[in-house]
Amino acid sequence: MSLALNTTRRLRLGHVDLSLIPLGLAGLFLAMLVLLPLGWLLAYTVTDESGALSWTNVVELADTSLFLEPFITTFGIALGVASLACLLAVPLAWLVARTDVPARRLLRGLVMVSFITPPFIGAVAWVLLAAPNSGLLNQYYRGITGAGTFDYLFNIFSAAGIIFVMASYAFPYVFVLAANTLDRMPHDLEEASAILGGGRWHTFRRVTLPMVLPALLAGFIIAFLQAMTQFGTPAILALPAGFHVLTTKIWSLFQFPPKAHLAAACAMPLLLVTIFLLRLEKTLLGRRGYTMVGGKSGSPQLAKLGVWRWPALLLALLLLFVTVLLPNLVLVRASMLRSVSDPWTLETITWANVPLVFGLSNTVGVLKNTLVTGVVSATLGTAFAVLIAYLTARRAVPGHQVLGFLATAPAAIPGIVLGVALFIAYTRPPFQLYGTLWILLLAFLTIEMPPAYQQMQAAFRGLNPELEDASRILGAGRMKSLAKVVAPLLKTSVAATWCFVFIGAIRELSATILLTTSNTKLVSVLIYDLNEGGALGGIAVLGLVLMAVTAVVVLIANRVAHVGVMPDGR
Amino acid sequence: MEVTRRTVLAASTIMGFASAAQAQRPEPQPLAPDLVAAAKKDGKIGWYTADDLVLATKVAKAFEAKYGITVQLERSGAERIYQRIAQEYASNISEVDVATTSDVGHTVSWNANGWLTPFIPAEVTKWPAQAIGSNGLYIVDKFTLVTPGYNGRLVKAEDAPKSWNDLLDQKWKNKLVKAHPGYSGAITNETLALSRTLGWEFYEKLAKQGVLQVQSATDPPMRTAQGERAIMADGAENTSNRLIMEGAPLVLIYPPEGVPVVAVGSVVMKRSQRPNAAQLFMHYLVSPECQAINVANGARSFDPSVTEPANWTHLSKIKLLFNDPNDLAKEAEEIKKRYTKIFGV
Repeated sequence: MSLALNTTRRLRLGHVDLSLIPLGLAGLFLAMLVLLPLGWLLAYTVTDESGALSWTNVVELADTSLFLEPFITTFGIALGVASLACLLAVPLAWLVARTDVPARRLLRGLVMVSFITPPFIGAVAWVLLAAPNSGLLNQYYRGITGAGTFDYLFNIFSAAGIIFVMASYAFPYVFVLAANTLDRMPHDLEEASAILGGGRWHTFRRVTLPMVLPALLAGFIIAFLQAMTQFGTPAILALPAGFHVLTTKIWSLFQFPPKAHLAAACAMPLLLVTIFLLRLEKTLLGRRGYTMVGGKSGSPQLAKLGVWRWPALLLALLLLFVTVLLPNLVLVRASMLRSVSDPWTLETITWANVPLVFGLSNTVGVLKNTLVTGVVSATLGTAFAVLIAYLTARRAVPGHQVLGFLATAPAAIPGIVLGVALFIAYTRPPFQLYGTLWILLLAFLTIEMPPAYQQMQAAFRGLNPELEDASRILGAGRMKSLAKVVAPLLKTSVAATWCFVFIGAIRELSATILLTTSNTKLVSVLIYDLNEGGALGGIAVLGLVLMAVTAVVVLIANRVAHVGVMPDGR
Repeated sequence: MEVTRRTVLAASTIMGFASAAQAQRPEPQPLAPDLVAAAKKDGKIGWYTADDLVLATKVAKAFEAKYGITVQLERSGAERIYQRIAQEYASNISEVDVATTSDVGHTVSWNANGWLTPFIPAEVTKWPAQAIGSNGLYIVDKFTLVTPGYNGRLVKAEDAPKSWNDLLDQKWKNKLVKAHPGYSGAITNETLALSRTLGWEFYEKLAKQGVLQVQSATDPPMRTAQGERAIMADGAENTSNRLIMEGAPLVLIYPPEGVPVVAVGSVVMKRSQRPNAAQLFMHYLVSPECQAINVANGARSFDPSVTEPANWTHLSKIKLLFNDPNDLAKEAEEIKKRYTKIFGV
């Protein structure tokens, strides 16, 4: 971690700075956000139903079908997802960042589209595409090859199917990380190697790879963590195949009669593995620092692909078509069919799915809940991230390190674990929030705080504090300087963070599934309900509406923030 | 108002003389003219139902159109709804006014918790006796069966299974789809009835057939109609009937070993914030209008004034397997546990 030591100035405590009070409250709130649920989680792990101290929950983890089997399955799937995601993302990132492949902007844009698709909608889309018998791809396969009625090419209800679907929604994260590293990597070292006679392969192996490797491993870990902690995709694909992963098992412990103590115990290992992997990631990424000693270099020389330019583009487009566009296309198709395996003809096209979904008298309310919690989480989360990032980047208050730690700590809490913890913490006095949108707001704030904070901190680091100092010397208070000087300069980053939190809230299902009631249902949970009822056409309608609304909100947010200024193009 | 006051009186009598845990058979209530106005004042009703989504949506819309009272529809599997109500009550949330469950064992435990206001609309007294739950606590506003079936485009009639045990044939390996008793009350009914009739060995062998394990009993008919699986090991007859009426290539099997009957029971919850709307809704559920909607969407009805479509297999030709609500209440948890152990999820 590089710290800009020379650019900070400690707050003079000679006079009482009133802004310290809200800052203190912010710290307290952050602490509560993390510590209260985790405290309860720990308490539940080591107690039984009567509240007495007991190790039975932990001992029960030795039961293979309860814990070990799902744990091993989860581990295997996560390894597969991380490997596949890297395999897809890294070559693509290299193409886009370091070669002269055409349409590089389009390729980056397409990867971003996949962020808008929540993975659980993607999982349903892949059921439509690759269920062994009714899946469209298998139908085409039989049509083309003349294979038998029950022959199939793909079976999405399998570990391999799950790995594929999860990897297609995890690889954008790896891609962003890898592409950013490749973008920023100083190319003089590579050039030096070339000048000294190193061949292309030698340079790649001895210079480029060691520089990219930490980012690669970090990407691997992120994909691994995503796969390990996701609920929606395995619930939609693994349960029909007859097996559990850890998240679905924890969720199943909440079915009647709910076993919250056992669920807490099952969540603990997930928490510990996540903490361990994040430490590892930090260590790996921390090592990257010394490669940057050379300082800023010009933009890297793009590798000339020559005759391979167009085939490379075609391959990249094909990859993005399969992972990003195809699932969305099949949703459009299914939204207009009564039975999703029907052929698409004038006779079979129907609007019946629309009244089915919106005939559920709470669908409009569910959409409203989703939008409200999304917008409020994004707004509060961004405001909070700005505040904390400001305090830590400027070292404005004593103890700012604690604030920074608290803001990043939730990254170690998987969604489903947080769901369990929040459920336990907020179904009792003094904060009886279950059944209100507040508990969802807390969940989203907690989950999205680390990335939001990290983004804002990076933005603050790039901002020279002299500007604020000038404002304060001229008589403005800290808050005024923040509002009038800092905020306008950070507009782009703020908008990006806002969108990130908003999309994160829309995509969330792991914690949400445990925290909603009929009155506080969100679209993600309604989609899950519809899936349990087998209403695939209805899911398609709702999923498309959700993505359209998300896209519009994100566009508006960008519009409001930029007013004419375009993002830096990438 | 009269009806309401009388109901309140009845409820307080129960509270006073019987223990709260054991409600007595309530007096059937006719639909009083002033109930509609009182219900409209309530403005809305929370209906948690295990009915088929399409059917529930139509009933809710028809009730809204008739009375201008909004129905907040919460549709899920009976076992999920049971869990949801318990969880919401534990957190002092009482959104549910009327609950409709396909596992009437729930009415027994709800009653034991003192959560019910037993309410019987007088219309059902003209129906066969089974239309009122054997404990007098709920109305059976519709019923259905759990049957196997097959996709007529993928399987020829002569090759198709004829009985439950035929499903265990090797040739159906990886071709079956099946619903889950942890979600669906209909399947809980089936599992109780068939584990008694055929023994648990039936399920142990079925689990080795590589079934596609879905949740809702309404799902296997859809997956089979889509051709995702050639055979459904079990499915809600009402959904199958509806899909067949819509032209789906689905054929139902009525095994000679017996067909589990699913009584779908409706109750008014004691904590209901909108008791008048809840009572009006109960009256509506047993109205000829609503019964016609039920049957048009594949469910069976006790209402003698409603006739079933001629192409449905008549009940007299089916060996029916009934469950006692007390048995369901007592054994459901054990059944689900055992099932999960056998099937892995």
